[in-house]
Amino acid sequence: MAEVDYKALKNGGFMRQRQKNRFSLRLKTVGGNLTVDQLLTIAEVSRKYGDGHVHLTSRQGVEIPFVKLDDVEPVKAELKAGGVDTGVCGPRVRTVTACQGSAVCPSGCIDTYSLATEISNRYFGHQLPHKFKFGITGCMNNCLKAEENDLGIKGGYTVKWDQKACTLCGVCLKACRDGALTQKDGKIVLDESRCTNCGRCVKACPFGAWKGKPGYIVSFGGMFGNRIALGRRILPIITDRKTLFRVADAAVAFFEKHAKPSERFRSAIERVGWDKFRAAIEEAYRG
Amino acid sequence: MGDFQVDGTVDITDVVCPVTFVKAKVALEELKDGQVLSIRMNDGEPVQNVPRSIKDEGHQILKLADNGDGTYTLLVRKVGE
Repeated sequence: MAEVDYKALKNGGFMRQRQKNRFSLRLKTVGGNLTVDQLLTIAEVSRKYGDGHVHLTSRQGVEIPFVKLDDVEPVKAELKAGGVDTGVCGPRVRTVTACQGSAVCPSGCIDTYSLATEISNRYFGHQLPHKFKFGITGCMNNCLKAEENDLGIKGGYTVKWDQKACTLCGVCLKACRDGALTQKDGKIVLDESRCTNCGRCVKACPFGAWKGKPGYIVSFGGMFGNRIALGRRILPIITDRKTLFRVADAAVAFFEKHAKPSERFRSAIERVGWDKFRAAIEEAYRG
Repeated sequence: MGDFQVDGTVDITDVVCPVTFVKAKVALEELKDGQVLSIRMNDGEPVQNVPRSIKDEGHQILKLADNGDGTYTLLVRKVGE
C-alpha cells in the first residue's frame, strides 16, 4: 500500500482520528447555513460511510467522523453530487462564520450572510503561514464574537437625527446605553465621541426619526486557542464593501508578507509592530 | 400625561425581563385598536428594551416620560393586525 499523505488529506478536510484508519471529514459551510438538501446528503453519507452521527464544530462547521481511508474518494464524490463541499484545515483561510444578520434578526445592522459568502468566495482555503479566521456578527450584541477572529467584522450604524420626524417622545434617550444622546432646547443632541454605532436609537425610534447607514467595524488579530487575545480595532466604521475588501486584502497581504511559517496573525503583528501594521491598514483604508 | 386620553394602565415594575414585555403585551390585548395604554416601568433594562419590543410588535409609541422616582411611563396606541 502506498504511503498515506496525511498532510494532503488534512488540507482537504480529513482529520485523522485516534482510531486507526478513521477520519473525521470536515465539510465546507458559509455563515453557518446549510440547505435541507445538503443536510440530507450529509446524513446519507454519514449513514453509509461513517457511523451515523455528525459533529457540529465550534465554528459552525459539520464533520462526518469515522470515515475510512479507502472511502475518501466515493465520499467526496457523493457529497459533491449532493451540493456539499469538503472543508479545510491547516495553514489557510478557514470557514467564514456569521450570525443570521439583518436578513433574519431584528437586531442585525448588516447583511452578514451575503458578506460571509463574498469573503468565503474570495479567501476560503487560501494558503497562508498559519490558520486565518474570519467572523462576522450583525450588531453590537456580538453573538458571533467578532474579536475572537483573526479578522472580525461587526455590523453597526452611522446615525443621523431627522428633526422633522421627531416628536421628542424620549425613547431614544433611554435606548442609548452610552450616554451619547441628550435633549436640549427641543432638539436631540448626539455626542459623536460617545456613540458606539450600535444603532439602538434607530431600532428603538417609533417615528423613524433616526436614520442609520449600515457599516462594518473591523477588528484585527483575535485568537482564542492556546493563546487568548482579543482583536483590536484600528479604523473608524467602514461604510462600503469596496473599502472593507481593500482593508481585508491588506491584512491578509501583511500576514503573507511578514509572518514566519506557523506564526499566527496576532504574533506576527506584535513581532513586526502594531505601528507598522496600523500604517499598512490605514493606507488601504484611505485607498 | 399631556394630550393623550389614557384608556388603560399597567404596572410592570414588579416583574423582570422578559415578563415585563409579556405583561405589557397582555394589557394591550385587552384594549381595542386605537386605544391608549399607559405602562409604568423601571429604569434600566425595561426602559431600554420594552419600547423597542412594543414598536416591533407594530404598536404606536406616543411618549416616554420620566416620573422622577426611578420609573418611567410609556404611552402606547394599540395598532391591530
